[in-house]
Amino acid sequence: MEGRRIHCSITNWWTTGSFRAEKVFNVANVLEIAGKVSLFGLRAVVDSVRRPFEGAQIVRQLAEVGSKSLPLIIASGFALGAVMTLHTRSTLVTFGATAVIPTVQAFAFILEIGPLVAGLLVAGRVGSGIGAVLANMRATEQIDGIESLSIDSFKYLVVPRIVACTLALPVLTLFMDFSGLLGGFLSEYAASRSSLALYISRAFSAFEWSNFWPPTLKTCVFGFTIGTISSFFGYTTNEGAQGVGRAATSSVVVSSLLIILLDVLLIKLIFFIFPESAL
Amino acid sequence: MTDGRPPAVVFDQVSKSFGAKHILSDVSFEVRAGEALCILGRSGTGKSVTLKLLISLLKPDAGKIWIEEDEITKLTGPELSRVRRKMGFLFQDAALFDSLTLYENLALPLHRLTDKSQQEIDFSVDQVLGQVGLRADKGKMPSELSGGMRKRAGLARALVLEPRILLADEPSSGLDRITASEIDELLLRQKAEHKTALVVVTHDVHGARRVADRVAVLDRGKLIAHGPVAEIEHSENEVARKLISE
Repeated sequence: MEGRRIHCSITNWWTTGSFRAEKVFNVANVLEIAGKVSLFGLRAVVDSVRRPFEGAQIVRQLAEVGSKSLPLIIASGFALGAVMTLHTRSTLVTFGATAVIPTVQAFAFILEIGPLVAGLLVAGRVGSGIGAVLANMRATEQIDGIESLSIDSFKYLVVPRIVACTLALPVLTLFMDFSGLLGGFLSEYAASRSSLALYISRAFSAFEWSNFWPPTLKTCVFGFTIGTISSFFGYTTNEGAQGVGRAATSSVVVSSLLIILLDVLLIKLIFFIFPESAL
Repeated sequence: MTDGRPPAVVFDQVSKSFGAKHILSDVSFEVRAGEALCILGRSGTGKSVTLKLLISLLKPDAGKIWIEEDEITKLTGPELSRVRRKMGFLFQDAALFDSLTLYENLALPLHRLTDKSQQEIDFSVDQVLGQVGLRADKGKMPSELSGGMRKRAGLARALVLEPRILLADEPSSGLDRITASEIDELLLRQKAEHKTALVVVTHDVHGARRVADRVAVLDRGKLIAHGPVAEIEHSENEVARKLISE
């Protein structure tokens, strides 16, 4: 139901580019859903530290979220790194500043591109999966089946997915950063035959740990958002088979939008808490 | 309460609506240990809702539901879990977890809700699967099972915690007559051997006649007839008579 409401609003906005129609954008609806999602996320946080701990389920979901996303993350990072270097080079060569390409690449990837793109890719691959799986379980009465066995379905199904997304995203971001820099280096090597040692030393010469940790750890928030939003749309749907597709789409669209919005807020927050990381 | 024990199930003046749509109005019945009640009725008359109210997957708008000595409508959390453990639920489409094998489907509640060792869990799962004739299929995923096998697997999962009350939603729907009879046999055996109280929602009059000690007929959310099959056959209510004589 929630999926249907937000899906209508978002898809209409996506296709018409307008939120003006009263039917499309109902502020009360959006606020109500935002409140429900917040309570849903809060319940997940509380349940994650309550016994019994779902260790086996978390490991299972970590494999699903983490290792199965890895090929996509590495391939995307590598391609993005290579392409970015090609573009940067063509601009910087005009000013004779090709030596700063590794520095630009490292800062761009570690501060922003790595965390944001990893978040968006995971929202697409994992968010849709979580939304669809949980909605399908709801439609086929599997969630009722779990409840009928005296098992807390929220704790068993939702909490491990949210925890896995929260833990996996920083690690996936590291892989994204690394593969992006590797792609950048190979692109640079093809153009200038510069050595790996020189590339690394130029890339990290101006780099501090304070530049590295905050943007990498902010992806925990992205992961929590993806896990919570996707689980919410999947777990709360009550529209049968039709709700499965809707939950998957809503999960991706809303997670992606929130990641972009949160990115802006978190950057301001990071600059406030770690002023030394502001360049 | 003739034997001094409370009835296994008491449904006391229960009403339930979804929005403006009234599903159940003032419905009452009770089921004793070792007794089978079959609920008959046309589609959309609130039969499945009745089962979900019994196991508290839904809450009533009015009325009380007693599971043995516990009034379940107000219970939540661990208290609700404790009462639910007295019940097993066979869903219409079995509702097996599609990401787990048949063995894992049955072992899951034993791992989480009992103190049994791995060996004891293996024994219990084997025993229940043996009862429903699926011991050789325990490594299969639900998608690899036929409709009849899935139904039997759902029944095995409902029985694995040795419930005192078994709720079955359309146990013979989508099955051929022979497989449906096998399911009926399993229900009867469970009732006879373990004194399990059965509440069975069904459209299958043939099966209801075999399994039921008493029949309750629902129509438009109201209980229009209630009693042994022979009594319903001579009911003054035409819908009830038609349903039982189909």
